[in-house]
Amino acid sequence: MKGIITVVGEDHVGIIAGICTLLAESNVNVLDISQSITGGYFHMMMVVDMEQSDEVFHTLDMKLTECGKQLGVQVKLQSDTIFRSMHRI
Amino acid sequence: MLQYGLTFDDVFETNRMIEEANLDVRTITMGIGLLDCCDPDPAVLRRKVYDKITRKAENLVRVGEIISERYGIPIVNKRISITPAALVAASCEDPQYPEFARTLDQAAKDVGVNFIGGFSALVQKGMTRSDRLLIESIPDAIASTDTVCSSVNVGTSRSGINMDAVSLLGRKIRDLAEKTADRDSIGCAKLVVFCNAPDDNPFMAGAFHGVGEADTVINVGVSGPGVVRSALKGVRGENFEVLCETIKKTAFKITRVGQLVAQEAARMLDVPFGIIDLSLAPTPAVGDSIAEIFREMGLEYAGAPGTTAALAILNDQVKKGGLMASSFVGGLSGAFIPVSEDRGMVEAAEAGSLTIEKLEAMTCVCSVGLDMIAIPGDTPASSISGIIADEMAIGMVNSKTTAVRVIPVWGKTVGEHAEFGGLLGSAPIIGVNPYSCQEFIDRGGRIPAPVHSYKN
Repeated sequence: MKGIITVVGEDHVGIIAGICTLLAESNVNVLDISQSITGGYFHMMMVVDMEQSDEVFHTLDMKLTECGKQLGVQVKLQSDTIFRSMHRI
Repeated sequence: MLQYGLTFDDVFETNRMIEEANLDVRTITMGIGLLDCCDPDPAVLRRKVYDKITRKAENLVRVGEIISERYGIPIVNKRISITPAALVAASCEDPQYPEFARTLDQAAKDVGVNFIGGFSALVQKGMTRSDRLLIESIPDAIASTDTVCSSVNVGTSRSGINMDAVSLLGRKIRDLAEKTADRDSIGCAKLVVFCNAPDDNPFMAGAFHGVGEADTVINVGVSGPGVVRSALKGVRGENFEVLCETIKKTAFKITRVGQLVAQEAARMLDVPFGIIDLSLAPTPAVGDSIAEIFREMGLEYAGAPGTTAALAILNDQVKKGGLMASSFVGGLSGAFIPVSEDRGMVEAAEAGSLTIEKLEAMTCVCSVGLDMIAIPGDTPASSISGIIADEMAIGMVNSKTTAVRVIPVWGKTVGEHAEFGGLLGSAPIIGVNPYSCQEFIDRGGRIPAPVHSYKN
């Protein structure tokens, strides 16, 4: 399973650094990153390699939410399957 | 990102649907067959029923939470439907139905689901002793439980309408209203009278586990009126072709999420996947409203001229989009038009735009029927039976599911409000035609099944 991390919030220095540091500490490999800034708002999407375990997923999700709070942005971790199901036949 | 099969826009579109347009999976409902619990001793029967429900549904809520977290989408309700209780308890001389309902309530609470459906009887052609005892016990059973939902199928296109049952239910609905008078007769929100009831409906209050089903099965109800409305905002002023295409594409996307959740839940619980119910189910939340879709389509209020056509379009396009998105579609599948549960419908009723007669016309072209309508508490039982008979006739003649869930709000009348709270919402009390149908209802017997050839 691949995880999709989305980050949305007001742009400021250190958002990518903050998220990527957490991922490195958690031993999660980043496969791809895409980002844009529209009207001062930061949007980022990352594709990461995820373990199958629900526990690992749950823990990382909690850590990312907490990290997002500290950075003042909204961070979400989701399985890529929901997007694939919705947008690909 | 394309090497991973996804674009930036895809991902943010999905998340906007969830965060801004209330996209959710409305319910994961586990259907549990209870025929193997039959026993002549009602106490033994209740123990077997409790054991089977709590064993089969032990992990249902937890699995729902895991899936919700993994995909980042709310799964609002986890529920259980059972084999119609009147069949299960027919093995007992004295089924002790109120006690049976309290056992269901306890089992539901112990596994953490918010509703359990199937305190039901199928009486379209006649009532067995067990059926009659169950219907007689509904006021006591529902008033003394929190999570138990009841339904009675009184008609089908093949069998006609059992008017004895229709007459009895008119009286029982009034009894139930009186028994729950202190909470604006909320008990009636948990009783549905059906024509052509589906065996695999995951939505309450009408869910039950049909006799043709597997032992245990997972059915999922998707939702998303807010997503449809928000998509339609982008095509204001465009013609009907564009309107229909937009609804269809949105319905496809919503249903794909439901299919994913259903498959995942079935896999994790090791239970077969039954069906996806494609219904657009509103909630009292702002923006999660069918009536607001009508507004977006160009009607000032739900109930204005054009509403039936707008609903017909919506219902049909939701099906067309959803059918390809799921391998098995069933249940009610269409647009729900409950009044109290839909803020836009409540506003329309308050503005005087919605009458029972207009709602009845709307039920000809959508799934289900007269739903969550507060009527005066002094409405005679025969008039409630008359409303049921009219709605059942629409279902019978048009070979579709119709239902009645009206709430005669005890001690209140037109101009006052009923407050049910939570997902059940609140509603202004709508007037009922004051003229009598007593002699018509008192005839008793059955209405024969209609001719199904020579349709025009």
